[in-house]
Amino acid sequence: MIKVLYFAWVRERIGVPYEMLETQSGTVMELVEELKQKEERYKVAFSDLSALKVAVDQELCEFDTELNGALEVAFFPPMTGG
Amino acid sequence: MRVSVQLDDFDIGQELDLFRNGKSNTGAIVSFQGIVRNNSENSLLNMDIEQYPGMTQKAISKYVMTAVERWSLNDALVIHRHGKLFPGDQIMMVATAAMHRHDAFQSAEFLMDYLKSRAPFWKKEITKQGYHWVESVLDDEKALERW
Repeated sequence: MIKVLYFAWVRERIGVPYEMLETQSGTVMELVEELKQKEERYKVAFSDLSALKVAVDQELCEFDTELNGALEVAFFPPMTGG
Repeated sequence: MRVSVQLDDFDIGQELDLFRNGKSNTGAIVSFQGIVRNNSENSLLNMDIEQYPGMTQKAISKYVMTAVERWSLNDALVIHRHGKLFPGDQIMMVATAAMHRHDAFQSAEFLMDYLKSRAPFWKKEITKQGYHWVESVLDDEKALERW
């Protein structure tokens, strides 16, 4: 099981702050494709990946990063802190 | 070093007094205070800052450690608030302590640049017309290149 988290407008578009998934995906990109197949709301949220960032196990990474038994994947727009 | 991600407000004067305390080899402390700014139409009702619990503290601590090492700081402090904030409220503060002012200034700027676009916070602005998520600015991303 992997915990998938969504923040800011990604969370609003998908409709939940997080969910637990059983997945065979090997990379972040494969997980995104798997989610997009699921339902329209995922397709909408993931329509432009250049507008999104991803963290695996709470570390910023790229979409081609391997999941390798990761516990947590998070999707969110570019940060606006400070 | 201290990193605090919190809902509550803080007293910057008190924080800086505490921060200065017992640092006899420090010749310079630089501090920065971030404030909720109203928009150009003055229509901002409040701001809602979302964060990624767990990752936020870790990410900020990583940049603080980098700054301490790179500029040989004696100490560094970051306080960042989340939740509901109003125009004029404090959002965050950074303080750096070094032997000389150049290192204190540079490291404070470095931390500010990284907090802006690498710490997992997202600002939502609620105005009289509705709400929108604040978009990241290309300049903020570019600001990282100089480090």
